[in-house]
Amino acid sequence: MPETLEDLAEREYEHGFVTEIETERIPKGLSEEIVRIISSKKDEPEWLLEWRLKALARFQQMLARGQHPSWAQVSYPEIDFQDMYYYAAPKPKKQLESLDEVDPELLATYDKLGIPLAEQKRLAGVAVDAVFDSVSVATTYKEELAKQGILFGSFSDAVKQHPELVRKYLGSVVPYSDNFFAALNSAVFSDGSFAYIPAGVRCPMELSTYFRINAQETGQFERTLIVAEEGSYVSYLEGCTAPMRDENQLHAAVVELVALDDAEIKYSTVQNWYPGDKNGKGGIYNFVTKRGACRGRRSKISWTQVETGSAITWKYPSCLLQGDESVGEFYSVALTNNMQQADTGTKMIHLGKNTKSTIISKGISAGRGQQSYRGLVRIGPRAEGARNYSQCDSLLLGDRCGAHTFPYLEVKNASSTVEHEATTSKIGEDQLFYCRQRGLSEEDAISMIVNGFCKEVLRELPMEFAVEAQKLLDISLEGSVG
Amino acid sequence: MLEIKNLHARAGDALILKGIDLSIGAGEVHAIMGPNGSGKSTLAGVLSGRPSFEVTEGSVLYRGEDLLAMEPEDRARAGIFQAFQYPVEIPGVTNNYFLKASLNAIRTARGEDELDAMDFLSVVREKMKIVEMPKDLMGRSINEGFSGGEKKRNEVLQMLLLEPSFMVLDETDSGLDIDALRVVANGVNHLRSPERSMLVITHYQRLLDYIVPDVVHVLSEGRIVRSGGKELALELEEKGYGWIEGAAAP
Ligand SMILES: Nc1ncnc2c1ncn2[C@@H]1O[C@H](COP(=O)(O)OP(=O)(O)O)[C@@H](O)[C@H]1O
Ligand SMILES: [Mg+2]
Repeated sequence: MPETLEDLAEREYEHGFVTEIETERIPKGLSEEIVRIISSKKDEPEWLLEWRLKALARFQQMLARGQHPSWAQVSYPEIDFQDMYYYAAPKPKKQLESLDEVDPELLATYDKLGIPLAEQKRLAGVAVDAVFDSVSVATTYKEELAKQGILFGSFSDAVKQHPELVRKYLGSVVPYSDNFFAALNSAVFSDGSFAYIPAGVRCPMELSTYFRINAQETGQFERTLIVAEEGSYVSYLEGCTAPMRDENQLHAAVVELVALDDAEIKYSTVQNWYPGDKNGKGGIYNFVTKRGACRGRRSKISWTQVETGSAITWKYPSCLLQGDESVGEFYSVALTNNMQQADTGTKMIHLGKNTKSTIISKGISAGRGQQSYRGLVRIGPRAEGARNYSQCDSLLLGDRCGAHTFPYLEVKNASSTVEHEATTSKIGEDQLFYCRQRGLSEEDAISMIVNGFCKEVLRELPMEFAVEAQKLLDISLEGSVG
Repeated sequence: MLEIKNLHARAGDALILKGIDLSIGAGEVHAIMGPNGSGKSTLAGVLSGRPSFEVTEGSVLYRGEDLLAMEPEDRARAGIFQAFQYPVEIPGVTNNYFLKASLNAIRTARGEDELDAMDFLSVVREKMKIVEMPKDLMGRSINEGFSGGEKKRNEVLQMLLLEPSFMVLDETDSGLDIDALRVVANGVNHLRSPERSMLVITHYQRLLDYIVPDVVHVLSEGRIVRSGGKELALELEEKGYGWIEGAAAP
């Protein structure tokens, strides 16, 4: 008679619809030819093509040597890199003069995702760059931002309009040779967002990119670059969804952040790629390299992420704390349900004096979900007085899921302080029963307990996003405990 | 109000309740006493619907309805309240938030409007005074880092807020000093009325000096072996449980 949560029905992935739109694709497979086609489609300058080709060579070398990363606590069949499309764009792709020219199917898609792009319906206080498969289809509030000298839009446009900035910073934080997936991304990246905040400017609204994978058998390889000049501030959000498909799709993005003296970048992610069905069929492979360089003195980069999607997540947003007194933060909630796997964490590399980092990681596993926290704290020899505080908490719902913690610590300066705390707990029958005895439904009780568990992270998110994230957690957990 | 017949229940493989018959009328307060392990908390858990207990025989009618067929939250919404012997901690969820969610769930079930934050605050403040609850406990995570006495006060505070019809108090007195005991008992007595009934589980008769029962039952090895007036508690205190167990032996 006592009903376990596992008996409750699964809620379907909400964003699993497919947009019927004509798509332009280039042939399947990966080669120099393909890279040249992508580059020429975008009218890229020679230097960028060369950079891509070097990345491709590096990737092919790693592939030949079997250097596909294997250390993560995840398992999946070998990926055939020749058996996917590297570029897909909604047709026709012409220069758009205004949002009114955006294909109505696309506008409808974003409407349905809760991201209205049309002039009258825009989200107040949030500028959105919408990336659909391989290309950016629209950016809102561009002109308003330009008045303050803020550049925000698609990566492709930035290459055309501000080549000097892109050339200066592209690959400066994540070099193309950094790792397997970064090399792949550098070779074939198609679009993404670019933001530049001039010195002394506090960006008046949230900048946001909404990534949508639509096309079949297509990888998404976007590139995001954010540069915050001296004394500037920006809060940036990204969201992502994909249709439900039986195949696995690869998403290998690279994000680079640069913060100069006294600049602050707050980067928030709500990741909700299709996680696959409850038997583990389909879903996105999310292999992402995210890194921020606190180049300037007293600069600050803070990563906040709520990850509920993807079949596999492999992701370690990191901070290079180069400037003296710079600050790195990582706040993460990762949830794995059913057959999802996640190996996620962060790296805090302390190079400058009196640098400070905080890591708060909350992992929730349900169903047969498997999750690992992998975090590196490195204190360099010159990082006098560096400080780190790490806290990794895992919450298990049921008996069939797992949580693992792998903290790595490299301390080369004795004046530093490093603290690490880790806990693993289980939502107890006792806790659930206590709530139910007070009149709360089982689902409300779980939601309350999980939200309580994640509170320190959720409160770092911008208001509207926190509400979204909370809802997402509820939905992702529906029918999950035993 | 509550009609228990031939109730058998087990936890895991062990049969713990071995045929309980108990009838509690509206407005009555019954006390249950008995040695450790006799099944007092099991009885409380069966009444409130704890999933780890399985009823194998017998029935419980609550206001004429089959209580055992109801989910725990539905029992709560129908007015059943258990003050726990060991209240759980829930990290990150403030007491304030929890109590408000709980009260509103119960109010909704009764067809009353939900209280907003302001109204809730004024209601809860008034109840906090009754149990002399320190203010800062409301902003802290549920029961986390609460002292034993604070946890028990918190249970009674919830009871005062929810105004249930049938209350089971499971050793609400244990671990309390005499002042705290008086405060907690005073809170409980606030709810005594001709419409409400209580089952007060205790180990010691001293609680019954403050919450005076109409009937006292002695539980031993899963059976009620003796019932009587409040003087039974005194007798028990004087002679010890051995007296009863001896009497219960076949
Ligand atoms: N979940 C359980 N699984 C197995 N045995 C249990 C469980 N809960 C209680 N018991 C056993 O049932 C008996 C009665 O316990 P309990 O009702 O808590 O007694 P009391 O509250 O009177 O001290 C004890 O022997 C105890 O060990
Ligand atoms: Mg007990």
